[in-house]
Parts: sequence; C-alpha cells; structure tokens
Amino acid sequence: MDNTLQTEKFYYDNKIVKWFAYATILWGLVGMLVGLLAALQLVFPVLNLNTAATSFGRVRPVHTNAVIFAFVGNGIFMGVYYSLQRLCKARMFSDALSKLHFWGWQLIIVCAAVSLLAGYTTGKEYAELEWPIDILITLVWVTFGINMFGTIIKRRERHLYVAIWFYIATFVTVAMLHIVNSWEIPFTWMKSYSWYAGVQDALVQWWYGHNAVAFFLTTPYLGVMYYFLPKIANRPVYSYRLSIIHFWALIFLYIWAGPHHLLYTALPDWAQSLGTVFSVMLIAPSWGGMLNGLLTLRGAWDKVREDPVLKFIVVAVTAYGMATFEGPMLSLKNVNAISHFTDWTIAHVHVGALGWNGFLTFGVLYWLIPRIFKTNLFSQKLANWHFWIGTLGIVFYAVPMYWAGFMQSLAWKEFTPEGQLKYQFLETVTQMRPFYMMRSIGGTLYLLGAIMMTYNLIKTIRAGKAVNDEAAEAAPLAKTYVEHSGSHWHRWIERRPMQMMVLSLIVVGIGGLIEIVPTFLVKSNIPTISSVKPYTPLELQGRDIYVREGCYTCHSQMVRPFRSEVARYGEYSKAGEFVYDHPFQWGSKRTGPDLARIGGKYPNSWHFNHMYEPSSMSPGSIMPSYPWLFENDIDTAVMGAKIRAMQTLGVPYPEGFDKVANVELMKQAESIKQNLAGDKIEIKSNREIIALIAYLQRMGTDIKLEQKATTASNN
Amino acid sequence: MSVLYILVLASIAVAAFFLAAYVWSVRNDQFEDNKGAALRMLQDDEPTKQ
Repeated sequence: MDNTLQTEKFYYDNKIVKWFAYATILWGLVGMLVGLLAALQLVFPVLNLNTAATSFGRVRPVHTNAVIFAFVGNGIFMGVYYSLQRLCKARMFSDALSKLHFWGWQLIIVCAAVSLLAGYTTGKEYAELEWPIDILITLVWVTFGINMFGTIIKRRERHLYVAIWFYIATFVTVAMLHIVNSWEIPFTWMKSYSWYAGVQDALVQWWYGHNAVAFFLTTPYLGVMYYFLPKIANRPVYSYRLSIIHFWALIFLYIWAGPHHLLYTALPDWAQSLGTVFSVMLIAPSWGGMLNGLLTLRGAWDKVREDPVLKFIVVAVTAYGMATFEGPMLSLKNVNAISHFTDWTIAHVHVGALGWNGFLTFGVLYWLIPRIFKTNLFSQKLANWHFWIGTLGIVFYAVPMYWAGFMQSLAWKEFTPEGQLKYQFLETVTQMRPFYMMRSIGGTLYLLGAIMMTYNLIKTIRAGKAVNDEAAEAAPLAKTYVEHSGSHWHRWIERRPMQMMVLSLIVVGIGGLIEIVPTFLVKSNIPTISSVKPYTPLELQGRDIYVREGCYTCHSQMVRPFRSEVARYGEYSKAGEFVYDHPFQWGSKRTGPDLARIGGKYPNSWHFNHMYEPSSMSPGSIMPSYPWLFENDIDTAVMGAKIRAMQTLGVPYPEGFDKVANVELMKQAESIKQNLAGDKIEIKSNREIIALIAYLQRMGTDIKLEQKATTASNN
Repeated sequence: MSVLYILVLASIAVAAFFLAAYVWSVRNDQFEDNKGAALRMLQDDEPTKQ
C-alpha cells in the first residue's frame, strides 16, 4: 500500500457500545432472575401463584428468550460495535442506524416479555414470538446488517479480520433461519398458525432451533473471542490458518445438525442419520476453535493467574469445549435414547449458556467498561470473587441436573422381573425435587456473582468519565489495490464483504436445503393415515389453549419406539398422525409425562379436577393449577378465522365450514358438559376448560380407533 | 429409499464444490501470509500527536 498517504483523524462511537453494555447487564439480571423463578417453581409449585402470567409454561419462554435474545443478544451487539469499528478503523456507518438498532432491539425485548406473559406464543421453542414481533425483529436485524456492511465498506483496513467473517455469517444465517421458521399465517393481529405441519414443522423448527444455538450463541461469540482474547492477552491468535478452517467448516457443518433434536421421533430415518453424522463431525471445527483460543494464551498463563478478565475467558472457552464435545455425544442415537426429554439436556445447555456465553460476556464487560471510562476496574478482588462464585454456581447447577437426567431416564426404562414398568411417572418426578432444589442454589450463586459484577461496574463507571467519541488515526484505503507478493493470503474473499456474505449463505444453505426439501417433496417420508382427521372446532380451540399455556415446555407428544415408552404411553407415534398439527407440539422435555396418547386414558372429570388442582388427582405433582381456564370463555369470535386459516394451509375442512364451526363447537361442548354433570360437576359449556378437555381426549386416538376397527373386523 | 439418490448426488456435488474452492484458493495464493492479519489487529490507532 502507498505509505505516503495522509492519515485521517476520526472517532470511534463508544456511546453505542456503552448502551449495549448497560442493556446486556440489565437484561442479564432480569433473565437470570426469571430463570431462578422457573427453577423454584419446579420445587415449590405454589410459586406459580395460580395466575396465568406467572405460571411455569409462560415464565419459562420468558427466561429462555430473555437470556438468549436480550442478554446474549445485547452482548453480541456490544462486542460487534466495539470490535468492528476498530477492526475496520472506521466509525460505525451511521449513528442514526446505531440508535435505531439499539432502541428497536430493546422494544422487541419488552414486547416479547409482555406478549409471552400474556399468552401470545407460536408454541415453537426459542421462536415463540408472534408474527408482528417477528416482523419487527426482521426490520431491526436488517438495520443492524446495513449498519454493519456500511461500516465494512467504508473501512480503512483492507483485510477483513476473522472476527468479521463470523459476524457476517451470523447476520446472514440468522436472517435466513428467522424468516423461514417464522413463516406463519396470521388470523388475528397477535395470533398465527405455523405454515408447516407435524414432521415438516418439527424439522424446520429444529433446523432453526439448533442453529439459533449455532449462529446466535456461538458464531458471534466466536467472533468476539477472536477479537477480545488476543487483544486482552496482547498476543496474536495462535493460528490464523486454523481460524479459517474453523470458520468455513463450522458454518458448513452446523446447519445440518438440527435433526439430532428429533432422534427416534417420526422424522424420516435418513434425516435423523444426517443429523447424527454431521453433529459428530462438528467436534473437529469446534475443538479447533477452542484450542485456537486456549493456545493463544500459551506462554501467558501467568497473566491468567493474575487477571480476572482472562480467568473468565479461559473458563468460557473451556466450557465451549466441553459443551461442543458433549453435544456430538448426545447426538449419538444410543446416548440420545437415554438423555432425550430429561434434565441432561438442561445441564448441557447451561454449561454452554452459563459457561461460554455468560463468562465470555462477563470477561468482556470487565475489560471494556474501564477502557471506555478511562479508569481502572473498581475492585479486582470483587471480580475474582465473582469468578469463583460464578464457577461454583455452574458446577452446582450442572452436576445435579446431569445426575437427575441420568437417574430419571433409567427409572423410566426400568422393568420389574415380571415385565411391568417399575416406576410410576409421578414417582420419577418427586425424586427430582432435591435435584431441582440444588440446581436453584447453583443458579442463585451465579446470579449473586452477576449482581456483584453490576455493583463493581457501577462503581467503576462512577469513578471514570466516559469517552463517548474516542479519537483514532489511520490512513485511508487506497482506491486501487496494488497486489504484491507475500501479503495477499485469503485476500480475494477477505476484501469482498458482499461476496463473503453470499458465499456464507451458500455454504449454510446447502445443509438446510438437502434436509428440508426432500422431507417436503418426497411423499413416502410422511405416509398418510386414512383415519387421521382434522381437529373439531372445539378441539382446535383446546389445542390453542394448550399452546398458549406452554404445556409443551413440560410435556412431549412423541412416543418413541422403545419398549418402555410403548408400555407406558401406548403405540409409538407415526409421521402421518401429525399432518394437521400447525404447529407441531412434540416438545423437548418431559418434566411431566408424554401426552401423545392421553386421549381416552382418563374420564373427563379426571382432567377437570386435575387442571383445577393437579395434586388432587396426582399427589406430589409439581404441575401448576390452571384456575383461570374455569372462568375464561372460549374465544368463539375468532373461530371462523381459525378455520379459514387452516383451510388455507390445506387442512380439509369442507367449504363454508367456518360459518357453522361454532354450532359444531357448542354441540361438542354441551356433550362434555353433560358428561361432567354425570360426575356431579357443574360448569358452563363455554368455559375454556371444556375445550382443553376436548383436545386432551382427542390426542392420539385416531390410531387407537383404527386399531379397534381392525381388531373388530378380524374377530 | 429414493432419497438416497438425492443424497448421493448432493454429496458428490458438494464435495466437488469444496474441492474446486480449495484448489482455487491455493492457486490464487490465498495461503501466502498467515501472520500479518493476526498481528495487525493488535495495534491500536491512537492519534500520534495529542
């Protein structure tokens, strides 16, 4: 490059970084506090407070959404806005877009929390937000993208450092995942049905869900690692070549791994196998990246002993290594047969979330805030205390959950010598309570650490003075690039951010296309079952209540083809049973029993009493009570719109059914009311509980009826 | 399992794509300097004269 060029003076925008840092801290505390509430609700069901907005099924999505999109989300933007400006030697493209991005994201968070607590949910994990918020997310994400690419284009450093590739891949992949998975058909201004049904919905959802982990919790944080770790340790990354392999291999392989969330389900076998194979291969780039991070510190371990910032980062990268080793192991079918639906999964994600995301965020905050405020950290000692309390918190969280998961799964599978299931499901739940209590203690410790950090940082901020616009100097980019030997490695792509984005999109697109397209187009993947019929209007209303109350956060609807599950729940689930399920509700956790074949198992009165006070029917149950279902009326005003939406999605309701649906609904509700009256239960037929009972009694019965019919004809 | 035909074809296509990309990148001297970028990011660009 031409050395005679005049250097230019410009200013980095620290103010926006500061704002995102504050938001990260605030939402981190909120998200963790809500998590602690959810954890305690599993020990003391009374903490559900008998109110809709505070029951576990609504609180849990608030926790997951808050820690992922509010805490880590703001953490990503904090890291990106700080590092991107410095790596590009340029101020952010537009201060106005930065502000719009910041406030837009906070608005999304507030809307998300309010709407989730109010019961507006799509029923798809980590994609629960309803369609108007989905649109808002898309707009704000694009704002972020324009701001990022604008900055990259006006940069003064020609080379795009590895951290920026991770940011670009994050931007483009999250956009793709969000748009495809949120494809839904609205029928009111806050409610919609998923465009996809059953098996296909499950595949799209976990393609999204797993890659929310990959491209929201991992790739942007890897970018943050690749910038902040070398910067803090003041030594270059161990191997820049390895970082290239890490990047391309990671983004290519990750996208395929989604189906490992659906092993042994009704998803076609070939897709399950692809999920497993690619998950196992993921060890290579993941560990390559982890080692690249840790080896950057070679010869600097004396600094790690002294500096709490580096301690946090070392544990973060180590936790990344542990989680990315465990993930592939959990994707093996034989391991997954035990781990799936248990608290093992919860332990696994928390090693990643508390260790990798949490600790990396804390490390960056401790380093960044004093720099922006041109002062020293208020107390190194307090930060060290935070480090140890936080680490202990992770251990106290993860160990009981591993133990609980393993124990519960083995109990589910145990048979007596006579060939009967040894444990009632409820017994395996009550055994979990001490573990849930210990987990809450771990969570409390972790939260305590975060509170200490907040105090420490507030003191630091008070002692310093913010440099909102930090002066910097660099030579402008020469208009024409003169190639000369020895300095253009990986150069072509690194100088072309847009091509980089397109190539990243192609690389991440391959996996999704190959898994999703055949599942949609090859008919033999989802054999239809003639006895499977659409839900009646009352059942559909009941199903929407099931989704609204977040029943899927604790109950699966997927009987896997194991002896223990068939003995406990009934015939294993078939792909053809779910063709009218918009959205699918297979769930990912069995805090309560599977419900795929609950229909006809208990009388209506049992469900009635159980939903009013679960422990009256199941002593020791940790399920919340749902008293509001007994007071709220079924929302019949939207019945027609619901039917029409379903017809658009291809559900074969007859022409004009939307007009008469409410008549059908009342007929069925009346018959349930009469049936309950037979058991001396008085309830109006238009209460929500009636619809929920109708849905619960329908579940899984289509196949049961068919079997009865075949046995009858055989006799 | 008609899906196998799709998968085999797709695998070969993807493998070929990556092989071609790799050959291109080596021929294009993309792997010439693997130190510079890692070192440059460590330098701060504070103004020389305050």
